Amino acid sequence: MQDSVIPAAGAPFSTFLYVLIPLLPFLGFLLNGLLNRKLSATVAGAISSLAVLGSFLISVMLFWEFLHPSAQWIAPGATAHQAYTVQLFDWISVGSMQIPFSYQIDQLSLIMLLLVTGVGFLIHIYSIGYMAHDENVGKFFSFLNLFVFSMLVLVLGSNFLILFIGWEGVGLCSYLLIGFWNTNTSYNNAAKKAFIINRVGDLGFLLGIFLIYLTFNSVQFGEVFQKASLGQFGPYGVGVVTFITLLLFVGATGKSAQLPLYTWLPDAMAGPTPVSALIHAATMVTAGIYMILRANVLFTLAPHTLEVIAIIGAATALFAATIGLAQNDIKKVLAYSTVSQLGYMFLALGVMGYSTSLFHVLTHAFFKALMFLGAGSVIHAMSNEQDMRRMGGLRKALPITFITFLVGCLAIAGIPPFAGFFSKDEILLHAFEHSKVLYAVGLFTAFLTAFYMFRLLFLTFFGEFRGTEEQKHHLHESPASMTLPLIVLAILAAVGGFMNAPFFLGEENAYLSNYLAPIFTYSQKLNPAAFGAEVDHGTELMLIGLSVGAGVLGIIFAYVMYVSRGVRPAEEGAPRGFLDNLVYHKYYIDELYNALLVRPIMWLSRGLYRFVENGIIDPIVNGFGRVTLGGGQLLRAVQTGSVETYLILMVVSIVLIMALNFGKF
Amino acid sequence: MDQNIPQVIQTVPLEYYVFFAATLFSIGVLGVLTRRNAIIIFMCVELMLNAVNVLLTAFSAFRADPNGQVFVFFIMAVAAAEVAVGLAIIVMIYRNLQSTDVNLLNRLKF
Amino acid sequence: MLTVLLLLWPVVAALLLHFFKGKAARVAAFGAALVEFLLAAYAALLFNANNSGQFSFNYAWVASAGINFHLGMDGLSLSLVLLTTLLVPIILLSAFRRNFENESVFYALVLFMQTGLIGVFTAQDAFLFYFMWEVALIPIYFLAGVWGGTERARVTFKFFLYTIIGSLFMLAGFVYLYFQTGPSPDGLSAHNSALTSFYNINLPVETQLWVFWLIFAAFAVKMPIFPFHTWQPDTYTESPAPASMLLAGIMLKMGIYGCMRWLLPVVPLGVDYWQNLVLILAVIGIIYGAIIAIRQHDVKRLIAYSSLSHVGLMIAGVFSLTQLGMQGASIQMLAHGINVVGLFFIADAIERRTGTRNIADLGGLTRKAPALTVCFLVLLLGTVALPLTNGFVGEFLLLAGVYEHNAWLGAVAGITIILSAVYLLRMFQRVMLGPDSAYSATFTDLTSGEIAVLVPLIVLVFWIGIFPNFFLHLSEGSVLGILGEVVKR
Repeated sequence: MQDSVIPAAGAPFSTFLYVLIPLLPFLGFLLNGLLNRKLSATVAGAISSLAVLGSFLISVMLFWEFLHPSAQWIAPGATAHQAYTVQLFDWISVGSMQIPFSYQIDQLSLIMLLLVTGVGFLIHIYSIGYMAHDENVGKFFSFLNLFVFSMLVLVLGSNFLILFIGWEGVGLCSYLLIGFWNTNTSYNNAAKKAFIINRVGDLGFLLGIFLIYLTFNSVQFGEVFQKASLGQFGPYGVGVVTFITLLLFVGATGKSAQLPLYTWLPDAMAGPTPVSALIHAATMVTAGIYMILRANVLFTLAPHTLEVIAIIGAATALFAATIGLAQNDIKKVLAYSTVSQLGYMFLALGVMGYSTSLFHVLTHAFFKALMFLGAGSVIHAMSNEQDMRRMGGLRKALPITFITFLVGCLAIAGIPPFAGFFSKDEILLHAFEHSKVLYAVGLFTAFLTAFYMFRLLFLTFFGEFRGTEEQKHHLHESPASMTLPLIVLAILAAVGGFMNAPFFLGEENAYLSNYLAPIFTYSQKLNPAAFGAEVDHGTELMLIGLSVGAGVLGIIFAYVMYVSRGVRPAEEGAPRGFLDNLVYHKYYIDELYNALLVRPIMWLSRGLYRFVENGIIDPIVNGFGRVTLGGGQLLRAVQTGSVETYLILMVVSIVLIMALNFGKF
Repeated sequence: MDQNIPQVIQTVPLEYYVFFAATLFSIGVLGVLTRRNAIIIFMCVELMLNAVNVLLTAFSAFRADPNGQVFVFFIMAVAAAEVAVGLAIIVMIYRNLQSTDVNLLNRLKF
Repeated sequence: MLTVLLLLWPVVAALLLHFFKGKAARVAAFGAALVEFLLAAYAALLFNANNSGQFSFNYAWVASAGINFHLGMDGLSLSLVLLTTLLVPIILLSAFRRNFENESVFYALVLFMQTGLIGVFTAQDAFLFYFMWEVALIPIYFLAGVWGGTERARVTFKFFLYTIIGSLFMLAGFVYLYFQTGPSPDGLSAHNSALTSFYNINLPVETQLWVFWLIFAAFAVKMPIFPFHTWQPDTYTESPAPASMLLAGIMLKMGIYGCMRWLLPVVPLGVDYWQNLVLILAVIGIIYGAIIAIRQHDVKRLIAYSSLSHVGLMIAGVFSLTQLGMQGASIQMLAHGINVVGLFFIADAIERRTGTRNIADLGGLTRKAPALTVCFLVLLLGTVALPLTNGFVGEFLLLAGVYEHNAWLGAVAGITIILSAVYLLRMFQRVMLGPDSAYSATFTDLTSGEIAVLVPLIVLVFWIGIFPNFFLHLSEGSVLGILGEVVKR
């Protein structure tokens, strides 16, 4: 992986092209931000959509050039599939710490570029319809563009610190967009919570970067990974990589909502639905996976960390899926499903199914964005009702939404030939090679996933309408700007799986893993066994059968319960069994964190202020003043005012001094 | 009389001067401590100063060092200035209190 | 000569200010400060990053005692002079909105203060440094004591006593060190107080252990470092906004600058011995200040505690004795100065409109004031160290430096990036967002005059954040020089 560097001498235009990718959305952000409220919803939406479209087109062009280099002015001297870095300017340079602002163009960043700008563009189009009636639509689009900008910096950065810029930037945009409707205090709290929990992860990430710098004396991807693969750990031994990767993984758990830092993501559903689709399903939350893929060499060197990642991933997948079973808010179900699917991706990373993990990132982006947008369409039609207990029978009123949503559900449930089937199946296959327990957890989660997703589908689109008369009156299919992205995403969710076909469709058709292979060259060299292991085709077919079976079983269960028997979720105050109650209240994790962390810190804040600051430190300082004053009070009694006393004292003192000094005689 | 002043001074032994000055000084101290009239206290202070002057002059003569005598002039000049200011204050006090008793001046306290 | 001009021009302007009354005084003061800034900018243009001690001016002040009126600038001094000369006009401009009694005196004091600050940053002689250190204290005492809030008399008196006791310790330390120096170059005195002579004193370890505390006392109070900080919240709260800005924006940098210039290279063995204690105090201060800030109700008091927390990190960076930490501190001084002045200005703007600084009473102001919200948010993000803002470069380097010295301390100090988000976002939410409060209906957005104050600050937030190298190169030579002096022995 010899990275060439551009700009080569005399190719300024190509650099400009690379700058333009994140710059276009940034310009959209500035334009919409400065002209907020002066532009109509359509114009504002058009500006930001065009900005993202521009980035998308440039990305496509770069991608094409990457595969078939022809135009010398884009990447001079590059051969096909050759990674290179683009130097923009020196950002921070202190002594031996040299951090350039530069881009990494390779298989991984290009595919993420396409994902971010492609799905991002669809969601921008969707937002034009969805946010049309909001008074702050300009602000919305400017934030959305700022998000795309940050995300692009994140995936383009060629060192850990540039990645960190994007990492924090998307966190900020997430904060701004979750709290978009800022009159609502609980929305604002959700936004703040998201930012702060992400910051907890960011601290881990930052400490990881410090350790990387101290170990490799660089934070540049190429240099770090090369040194790591050659076993050059500076002053440390190979054990340091375990610490580095654990710290990086802490960062990933924050951003990608894994145990124990996942609690912000369900709350983040306070934001407008396109935001949930773009940020909290398709792109930002997968940043953690992107980062681990980026640093796959380090993770390969740290098998213990991988073990931790696999366990946390599987645990999160199962844990979030069980919570998803009992949620009644349509977006909350999707949120927990996202957490659960992210758990799958981490499980894949943990068992070294690196390209599989990215495969699931892509398919998940398609079907989860689709389902969020579909949910948005439902919410839009239901006049902002999100509770599934108030829905039902919507398939007649919203046919396009229903069909596309169904595609999404089939995809996530792992029904062939939809996209989720291929990626989830690969994950389970890798898990099976690694550990039967992890596989069993994954399989059971697949069953739960199918169940709760179809529970959502049936409760929303089947049965009788349970909302108010007024809502029923307003029911309507969404405008074309909203249904069009749904259709495109549904097509992607339906056929997206074929980009990495399993063996029985021909080995050479596993396009994605073949394409990504160069990213994992070092890892493969370090641990060939993990990449070489193959189960025989018979077992693989059996596993496929099992996972499809689990999915189908889940769907049947859901059908029997919610369509045949017509079960309805209990209302808010209804009595619940112990387990039901536990799951309904999300295992009381939020309450637990409140009691263990938030309240003690609040209490500490007040306690320190009252008892330490104003009770100990300040009184001590003031005490010096008091002692001085008190001393003065005491001593002033000596001043009697009588001249005789003064004189006597004076003479006596003089005599005493003389006596003491000359007393030796 | 072609004897110069230091020689004249040296005709008396040094110890005499010392005892004389000590006595003079003690009288001054006792006067300051025991009398209440401001003017007398003032005079006693002058007495003490002059005791020192005598001592300085004597030592100066015996050791042939003119510095001591220069110092005496300083003290006399300062004492003169002091008398001028001090007497003025005493006059003011007398005008206000119709008395020069220092024990009446006890208001300069806490 | 340029340094002398920089030093004296504000005094001259302050004296001339007596001929102006009312509004004219404002304009004249602002003009004078602007001229001063241009002088500093000219110095920056002439500055050559490869040479140390430029723009030197040396005049025998008390020749018989070897005390010289010796001024000079290296990169570190220059960057702080730039900060001072840049912030003073902005602070003056921010005061335009208020009508003070005796305006010309008020503005004259601010200019007078500027002289003291520049003197501190450029002095190359120990007694001149001490002199300037006290010169800077007097105007701020009057600014806070005359134009401050209801509690001002008690609070400013405490502040004054606290800092002056600290500086008397420093004076004692300097006097002691003075008697350890060699004869002055002209041979007129047995000792001299030049900075370079202080660097060349070789004290035994046991002596350095206590001399360290004599000198550090002044800096510890001024910065302030936990637990010598209790004057700070009261003073920031009671002072009028321009004085709070001067205090937090520039004056506390005197302490950090002092540590770098007058402590580390002078008693390196003492520093080596007490390094970990100071680091621990600094880290305690970081966490302590941040946690207390969470529950504060008064916006200014909250900023004061946040300042304590941020300064703790700068001290930790300086005392990590790493290039990363010290350069981080030098750039963070600029960043913090800019951010805290901006935040105080915003707090003042809100107080002027609503008459309150109590977070609990405010809320929902954003809908009436988009420009204010944006400015507030940018400065706040700079303070919480979001990448591409000025705070990030500093905090990243500082934390990296502390981490390089000791990973655990670095990790604990790093908690500040979480806690600063907690208290600042909490404040932002309660003041700007949420349901309407009693004030949100009548609230007005920033005027163009106020925007003129904030725009340069915001430009700097991004400039330092995106292109920090200009400032980093400025301080690199000085920091390496200081580290060289420390390592030498």
